[in-house]
Amino acid sequence: MNLILFTFIVLLGFTSYYFGRKKAYTIQSTKKRLTALPQFYGYYLAIWCAIPAFIIFSLWAIFEPTIVKLLVLNDYSNQGYLDDELNLIYEKTKALSRGQFTGEITPFIEASAEKYLSLRSIAQSSKVVIVLTIIIASVAYAYKRISSNSRTREPVEKFLNAVLFTASLAAILTTIGIVFSLIFQTIDFFKVIPLFDFVFGTHWYPAKAFVRDSSEALDPSMYSDTFGAVPIFAGTFFIAFIAMCVAIPIGLMSGIYLAEYASSKVRQYAKPLIEILAGIPTVVYGFFAALTVGPFLKELGTSMGLEVSAESALAAGGVMGIMIIPFISSLSDDVITSVPQSLRDGSYAMGATKSETIKRVIFPAALPGIVGSILLGVSRAIGETMIVVMASGLAANLTLNPLESTSTITAQIVVILIGDQAFGDPKTQAAFALGMSLFLVTLCLNIVALRVVKKYREKYE
Amino acid sequence: MNKNKEQLLNKRYKAEQRFRLYGQSAIFMALLFLTIFIFKIFSTGYSAFQKTWLIVPVNFDAELMMLDENPTKQDIEDADYYEIALQSMWNLDPNANEDQQNQLKRMVSYFFEREIKQELLKDPNLLGKTKEVYLTASDDLDQVFKGNYPRDLPEDQRRVSDYQLKIFDQLVANGNVESKFNISFFTNADSREAELAGIASSFMGSIFSILVCLMIAFPVAVLAAIYLEEFAPKNRFTDFIEVNINNLAAVPSIVFGLLGLGVLLAIFQLPRSTPLVGGITLSLMTLPTIIIAARASLKAVPPSIREAALAMGASRMQTTMHHTVPLSMPGTLSGTIIGLAQALGETAPLILIGMVAFVNTIPGSPMDPAASLPVQIYIWAESAERGFVEKVSACIMVLLGFLIIMNLFAQIIRHKFEKKWS
Repeated sequence: MNLILFTFIVLLGFTSYYFGRKKAYTIQSTKKRLTALPQFYGYYLAIWCAIPAFIIFSLWAIFEPTIVKLLVLNDYSNQGYLDDELNLIYEKTKALSRGQFTGEITPFIEASAEKYLSLRSIAQSSKVVIVLTIIIASVAYAYKRISSNSRTREPVEKFLNAVLFTASLAAILTTIGIVFSLIFQTIDFFKVIPLFDFVFGTHWYPAKAFVRDSSEALDPSMYSDTFGAVPIFAGTFFIAFIAMCVAIPIGLMSGIYLAEYASSKVRQYAKPLIEILAGIPTVVYGFFAALTVGPFLKELGTSMGLEVSAESALAAGGVMGIMIIPFISSLSDDVITSVPQSLRDGSYAMGATKSETIKRVIFPAALPGIVGSILLGVSRAIGETMIVVMASGLAANLTLNPLESTSTITAQIVVILIGDQAFGDPKTQAAFALGMSLFLVTLCLNIVALRVVKKYREKYE
Repeated sequence: MNKNKEQLLNKRYKAEQRFRLYGQSAIFMALLFLTIFIFKIFSTGYSAFQKTWLIVPVNFDAELMMLDENPTKQDIEDADYYEIALQSMWNLDPNANEDQQNQLKRMVSYFFEREIKQELLKDPNLLGKTKEVYLTASDDLDQVFKGNYPRDLPEDQRRVSDYQLKIFDQLVANGNVESKFNISFFTNADSREAELAGIASSFMGSIFSILVCLMIAFPVAVLAAIYLEEFAPKNRFTDFIEVNINNLAAVPSIVFGLLGLGVLLAIFQLPRSTPLVGGITLSLMTLPTIIIAARASLKAVPPSIREAALAMGASRMQTTMHHTVPLSMPGTLSGTIIGLAQALGETAPLILIGMVAFVNTIPGSPMDPAASLPVQIYIWAESAERGFVEKVSACIMVLLGFLIIMNLFAQIIRHKFEKKWS
């Protein structure tokens, strides 16, 4: 029904565009000067058709369900039901009217289901009537305006400008959405678990919080020593550290080589090949780490008499490092190439070799940009999920031994939220609290890194 | 003195050479990882494109199937195939005891009677006759035939018994085992049985999510880029928008998953596990990538174009819409494709919004529950069966194939259609 109405309105919009343009031509044929190109007359009418339709549709979508619910539940209003019970009755009513109700059908619910259906059909038909009348009225009004040859280009362009502006708000809305979705759950979480226990506690066993009978009331003392995030934070930074140990030397040296030594032919092929590493999906790296690198390290360690876990931090961190190589190499390549040639020439003129020039002149000059690229790499390592979920352990050990398994913020979020979630459960809320801390840490890193890179760019541009 | 100088110079030259070598070995290491990586995936994955079939004579005994003399098509559809299927497997070794009969049955796939039924539906004249039918081998025998399964392990550590191996070897010796191209890998939905599992459902899930993502992210991102690049006044608010976009581009993907879970599922009550929600989540993620690419390509259009249009009396909106935006489209489109390729490989946010559910039907619309290719890789990688290992690699090969095609496409658009301003 809605679809038919929608198609009809779209068709109406096209027709009004056509009529507006035609009107412009007739005005033109009377030797009057048009105030804008003929198609603007058409756009003007079409916009006057689209805006009211859009407004009514959204108002309806917001208010119809609430009003129908109020009217249906009106019958039960003075029978002393609680809010929860009323909601349940309403859900049953809706299910019955869709024919999906499986429980016992009482005459009461049957009556309200009938009422629900009739209200819905009244709402539908009144919507059609109202939408069509208002559209026709507004198009008629606009048609009268263009008949008197008043301005059409300015309003149309103003409208387009407003649309463009609204689209540019999408980024802000997304950020607000992220903060919004994280903050409420996080606040609820810290109502049960004290912030101090979360930040300084050293035991993380969220599974313990799940062995709770749902009829039992929330008892905060049960959760003491369950949600201490120190092992998680430590594991996150530890794995990121291992990753950077792999990524920084290889990434930086290949960036330097590509920028300073490589012939244009080597550069032309090597650079895109290295960048392929950044385009491979992380789940593929995770599979590689879990199936190839992990067992390989274990075998290697056993042959050397070391005890290596099959899900070691080393395997996850090492593979993550490979993934980050191209981020560091490309960015540092960029910053090194943008160091002015005059600095190099000056150094060569003093008799320095190429490597001396790089180490003593170019590297210090490019340092801010390189630091920025490394910080971006760290932020990526901290936020990386699939490699850790698949290749590192899921139990949160507090350890600094790279051969043992550890867990990270991202892996814990996935472990907690995979499958069905019960909102309102401290365990689910813990995942959001972890997400909040992840968001804040990476946000700080990104802001600093972007600042540094931007400052550096301005220096040489 | 002179000798000292020479020594110093030699030392410096050696340092130069060493430094150069470090650089070369760094590049070499990076490329080595890439090679090992691709080699490993291909060498484990290529065998998944073949599937092992056992050729078993089946007696279509009308009595066992509870059919009368001249059955209608519907009767054949409804008949009981389990008995004759079981009989035909047992006939491979007439002397088998009960336990061995059980093992015989487990040599073929779980739904082997359906394959027999298909055979009869194709040719109803087979009723009462015996015909050799191709049956899908169980995933363990499939692996044995491909040589991926260690036969020399002690029997209690293997999933294939000595008895099954003996019968299987007999079949191989008689030429009754055949390996053919694995069509079902591309046409089947996911399954708990490795030999029947395919990528059709997750493939459709990926396609739907990417379409939803494209339909939301592309228009919004292009409009936003046009505003920011062409119309926005330079003030603190637009600076704030810009900082926001740059930060969003670096927010970990799992945070977007939490956004999808906390807002789209919990507040807007959209259906769980569907490509619709997955696509919306991914679109929020790709938005900054496309905005940045679109802005860069708008910036690359030289001001002389705008000035010429304005000088001819076009309004700013007309200049932008008729000249600047069309000229920037190649760059925007290739940026969009690269953003979509990123979204196609994304896993973590989709796991959080429930697209890991086991789906054994092929979704027909974005509102049906589905997995996606990367999530399918994750699901299979977590399964214990050996048969899934090669499936994972094969699935990775399909995914990488798509990513390569998308990136090539982006390159082609960029090189073919982008105007070089000089």
